[in-house]
Amino acid sequence: MVLIQIFLVFTIIAALIAVEAPSALSSIISLGAVGFGLSIAFLWLGAPDIAITQVVVEILTLVILIRATIGKGVTEIRGNESKTLLIGSLILFGLGSAFFANYLSAFPEFGKSAIDVFSETPSQFYLKFGLEKAGGANVVNDILLDFRAYDTLGEATVLFTAILGAITLLNKDVFFGEGGEK
Amino acid sequence: MSGMSPIVKTVTRWVSPFILAFGIYIALTGHLTPGGGFPGGVIIAGCFVLLTLAYGKEKVDGVFSLKSASVTDSLASLSFLCMGLLGYVFGRGFLNNFIQSGFPGKAFELLSGGNMPIINVAIGFKVGGSLFVVFAYLALFRAIEEE
Repeated sequence: MVLIQIFLVFTIIAALIAVEAPSALSSIISLGAVGFGLSIAFLWLGAPDIAITQVVVEILTLVILIRATIGKGVTEIRGNESKTLLIGSLILFGLGSAFFANYLSAFPEFGKSAIDVFSETPSQFYLKFGLEKAGGANVVNDILLDFRAYDTLGEATVLFTAILGAITLLNKDVFFGEGGEK
Repeated sequence: MSGMSPIVKTVTRWVSPFILAFGIYIALTGHLTPGGGFPGGVIIAGCFVLLTLAYGKEKVDGVFSLKSASVTDSLASLSFLCMGLLGYVFGRGFLNNFIQSGFPGKAFELLSGGNMPIINVAIGFKVGGSLFVVFAYLALFRAIEEE
């Protein structure tokens, strides 16, 4: 458990560096470090499916972001950090942690599964009948593609729509015509 | 963008078939081992991104293009939807696992899980196609504008 905490601290430090880094390239590279720290945490907690997805998406995102931002000037927005902003964010942080403390006390200890703590959960049903009803040996895919297939269809739709919207915004010819404003 | 050095090109030529095979494997056997359609599709997209970056846009333009990627994306989305609609015809409702209830395969074998391998492959192609489209729009078109 100590090792995973070291990895989590590494992830948090990398996230802080990603926010505060002076250039876009170093920001993106520390973002990659965040992703790899997270994927090792997932692997340690026994979720190889999520770990594989995290690593793979992280690599592709890194490549695309570096390719898209390299050799370009980055516009920096630096406003004056007023005192009201600081006080407001501190109040919000205090309120958030006060509300969240209630939930956290009900959660199982970090790294332990909810099945051991709660007696009646859907996950117990899935573990028991996943192989029998859905027929797949990997319970995660049983849940994703059989018990919760609506969710996966919605996820695919979200990805499709997001990419459609992004392309419409990026492709300036749609708005300005061929050879229009660049 | 005319590609990278001969070292990168040679390594890419040797490595990319294995990356593609690994992506297909991850997507195809998602119901048996860790993995699934989404990571498999991302690996497939990564293979094409690697090829495009290593060889340059002009070289790969005749083999796979933005249009083929978006067609793959749309067709795979449609086939996922069709698998859901076929549940009305053969099963009990939308997205019903009708193959599993009709012809249950042997557990722990490739042909098990009913609809799941088919949907996994569809999601793999969908994610691969759409991520390649994102890469093409974000990375390639900007490079053309700069030239």
